[in-house]
Amino acid sequence: MEEAAWFWGVATCVKLLLVPTYHSTDFEVHRHWLALTSSLPLARWYSDASSPWTLDYPPLFAYFELLLSLPASLLDPTIVDLVAGQNYAASSALLFQRVSVAAADLVLLLGAHRLACRLPPFRRRLAFAFLLWSPALLIVDHIHFQYNGFLLGILLLSLSFLAEGRDLAGGIAFAVLICSKHLFLVGAPVYFVYLLRHYCRGGFGKALGRFLAVGSAVGAVFAAAFGPFLYHGQMLQVLHRLFPFGRGLCHAYWAPNFWVFYIVLDKILAFVLAKLGFVIQAPKASFTGGLVGDSSPFAVLPQVTPAITFLLVILAMSPCLIKAFLKPQSKHIIRWVAYAYTCGFMFGWHVHEKASLHFTIPLAIVAMESLDDARHYFLLSIVSCYSLFPLLFEPQEYPVKILLLAVHSILMWLGFCQFRISRTSHQRKMSDSRGSCEKNQIIGCAGTCYLLGLFGVELWGQLLHPYFFGDKLPFLPLMLVSIYCAMGMMYSWAWQLRQIVRFC
Amino acid sequence: MAKKAKRTTTSDDTSGGDGGFPWSTTALTAPTAGAVALFALLVRVMVSVGPYSGEGTPPKYGDYEAQRHWMEITLHTPASEWYRNTSANDLAYWGLDYPPLTAYQSLGHGLLLNTSLPDAVALSLSRGFESPVLKLLMRWTVLSSDLLLFFPAALYFVWVYCRRNVGGDKEGRSAPWLLAMILLNPCLILIDHGHFQYNCISLGLTLGAIAAVLSRNELVASALFSLAINHKQMSLYFAPAFFSHLLGKCLRRQNPIFEVMKLGLVVIGTFALVWQPYLYSLEAVMEVLSRLAPFERGIYEDYVANFWCSTSIFIKWKRLFPIQSMKFLSLITTVSAFLPSFIQQVKAPSDRGFLYALLNSSFSFYLFSYQVHEKSILLPLLPASLLALEEPLLFGWLMYYALLSMYPLLCRDHLILQYISVVALFGFIFYSPDGRSGMRANSFSIRKRALMTLPLLCSFILHVIYLSLRPPKKYPFLFEAMIMLLCFSQFVILTLYTNTKQLMLPDCSTRTERGKKDL
Repeated sequence: MEEAAWFWGVATCVKLLLVPTYHSTDFEVHRHWLALTSSLPLARWYSDASSPWTLDYPPLFAYFELLLSLPASLLDPTIVDLVAGQNYAASSALLFQRVSVAAADLVLLLGAHRLACRLPPFRRRLAFAFLLWSPALLIVDHIHFQYNGFLLGILLLSLSFLAEGRDLAGGIAFAVLICSKHLFLVGAPVYFVYLLRHYCRGGFGKALGRFLAVGSAVGAVFAAAFGPFLYHGQMLQVLHRLFPFGRGLCHAYWAPNFWVFYIVLDKILAFVLAKLGFVIQAPKASFTGGLVGDSSPFAVLPQVTPAITFLLVILAMSPCLIKAFLKPQSKHIIRWVAYAYTCGFMFGWHVHEKASLHFTIPLAIVAMESLDDARHYFLLSIVSCYSLFPLLFEPQEYPVKILLLAVHSILMWLGFCQFRISRTSHQRKMSDSRGSCEKNQIIGCAGTCYLLGLFGVELWGQLLHPYFFGDKLPFLPLMLVSIYCAMGMMYSWAWQLRQIVRFC
Repeated sequence: MAKKAKRTTTSDDTSGGDGGFPWSTTALTAPTAGAVALFALLVRVMVSVGPYSGEGTPPKYGDYEAQRHWMEITLHTPASEWYRNTSANDLAYWGLDYPPLTAYQSLGHGLLLNTSLPDAVALSLSRGFESPVLKLLMRWTVLSSDLLLFFPAALYFVWVYCRRNVGGDKEGRSAPWLLAMILLNPCLILIDHGHFQYNCISLGLTLGAIAAVLSRNELVASALFSLAINHKQMSLYFAPAFFSHLLGKCLRRQNPIFEVMKLGLVVIGTFALVWQPYLYSLEAVMEVLSRLAPFERGIYEDYVANFWCSTSIFIKWKRLFPIQSMKFLSLITTVSAFLPSFIQQVKAPSDRGFLYALLNSSFSFYLFSYQVHEKSILLPLLPASLLALEEPLLFGWLMYYALLSMYPLLCRDHLILQYISVVALFGFIFYSPDGRSGMRANSFSIRKRALMTLPLLCSFILHVIYLSLRPPKKYPFLFEAMIMLLCFSQFVILTLYTNTKQLMLPDCSTRTERGKKDL
């Protein structure tokens, strides 16, 4: 625990230094939720419309905001004032909110400690370095402003319980997680199948008893979260706020997932076919806007609806679900859950690029299992962190994000170079004399070229694009980042699928 | 604590490297150096986001405005007028008071600023010019100077230190930790990248000179040190150490007079090169010198933890003695303070002795010299950080009280958050759990612990008091005075210790022979 606390302490110092940096509108969103939960009665939390930032997280997160609003009102009452606090950006609010995110990361510390404490010493420290010092998490949580660290901590806790064989506790933790941020529902199929097969077994009576136990425990969590709203007859309103319709397939900035290729292919086909003389109807809707009646945002390729994306996600997850059904082993659960979130990211509807955190963080633990996993994590964490760069577009934060990624990459390099999996003493002697990582190559030729290409994409976005195009086509560099990162993400998804199918 | 050459053969335990952390290596490898350097740069960049001195406080603003003003002056007026009171150059508004190399550096940065933001350095029109773009550009002038001068000097020093085995063979030494201690110096980061100054240039040049002395390139060392003096005259605090060590070395060689002359020529040549615009008349030289040494401002200004200011509570120096006598008094006391270390180095120059001499010499100047600024504590901190592996306790202790002495200044600049974060970060890395720093809590005796705990407790209380309470009207600077006294007491203890340590160093020639025999 002492080591984990050391890592957490160093990270907290960095987070404190990041207090005065840029923050997005998410800052005002969370401040408004502080005011909302502390000023209004429960019945009006999900129906209030005094601000465009309506509450769209499940009730447990709202209770968390209520809890935070207590010290906030003591520090500076304007923070939690529903009317006077709108767009309040005084230093008291900034400091309070930033410190609250850093403090909530204690949950991440707890989750990381439980998950990594059984690893051998060197890998344990490496795991702490990657979990607690993740550059993507620092960028999203402590600059852009969100509370992912705390939620991912609950996920890690849940995974640690499952990995230890304490399935009931894991299930309850996961239920708490879903009731705090419903985006984590994507992992629910894996949890369900795993708990069903791993926990609910051993004769019909016992299995049934355990099934009821899990069911009632999870039900209790849901009841605690949603119960009050059911009592007030607010359930429909709550669900309406949690699952808003009318959003497009992609976010304004395309998350680097499968749909990027689909859109680009559609555009290319439209262009080519138009040149060949076919009549192509120009799309009326946009990718970021909602579905408008019958018109589709795609000119050539078939329309994509939320139902289709849901089916695709389930289809992509199915090999993993089958494996979990046939042979549920606690040592693979982290890998399966991470894969589930990868599928959700790759094929889901209106995915934010920040959702890549949901699988890159758990994969940091999986990376400690073998050199292959380490190699995969090396590539994935760099690509996913880079895909988050467009979130910070001001020149003041530019060196910060670059340096965070650079330090993380070097730490990964240093750490993975020292992985010495069972090799013969002769091999060890040979590579010791060479003193480099040749036998333990962290990254192959293709990977190196791909990562160097990231430099090229960045160079284009920062220097060449303004030089050649000035202010025109501002979306082009972002598109380029999306497409390039999507290639890496697709590779990661395919590689994880292969690992699960072949080795689990 | 991880033992050094342990190689386990279990297939799943990978006791990688020599310690237990990815960066735990004994020698400095390229990736570990890169990791430490990049992290140090990251900390600097993050501190730069914070406020600078005099932000939004007309009419005088602060050091940031002073630097911007110097860029304006050096850009638009000829070199002969930089130190002279003219219509364009009003010396009362932040006149240049550093030697010509600072002026050339301002000119260089001014040229860069002029290409992107000419309004910020327009003659007479840009006073008090503040904008986010200018802040970014100015911060990057400091960051780039740091990267170009201080970082390479630090890397070179650590490399020479390890190669020459300056500290002798000791278990569990960590070159990356030493590099981190030099680069993550909280005082330097907060002053240069928070308050806004260019100490990294003069300290980088000095560090390069020290490394050159250790690697036996004495001519390069003399040139670099002369440049450092020409950037900030406070670098003269190290001059006795350099002089005594090099003199001692020269006296041991074949032809001492020739050696001394070679060094002398390099120094004179460097000075001539830098002072070239002012060498046409004695009057011009005196004009510059009078700006560099403003004796009329009195023996101390503000509250600095040195001898004169601290004892002024009991002996009112400024009232009792005229300036002429005070100049003489401070000269005598400073010289007597560094004399023992000076003589030791002339008689028995050694690498370790040189580092101690630097510390003792700069401390003696800090404590007894004329017109010392509180920021001059950075000068003793440099050799202390170089000695971090030998004397971790001394270094940590000095760093803590140096930071406390800077605390009022940083509070005025609203850098409290950065102060807390950088100090905590430094503390974590100083006490990093792989045990490479050699700092183990149980290695301190009861006496040492008692000696350290009481001042530490007082300092915590002072930190809080300074922020939260208002001083009584009769003594508006009561808290500053209390901080100053506490720091002074600790500095006296530390300098007595380091002087004794240096004087007790064994003679160089016998030691190296002995060292080679037993391994």
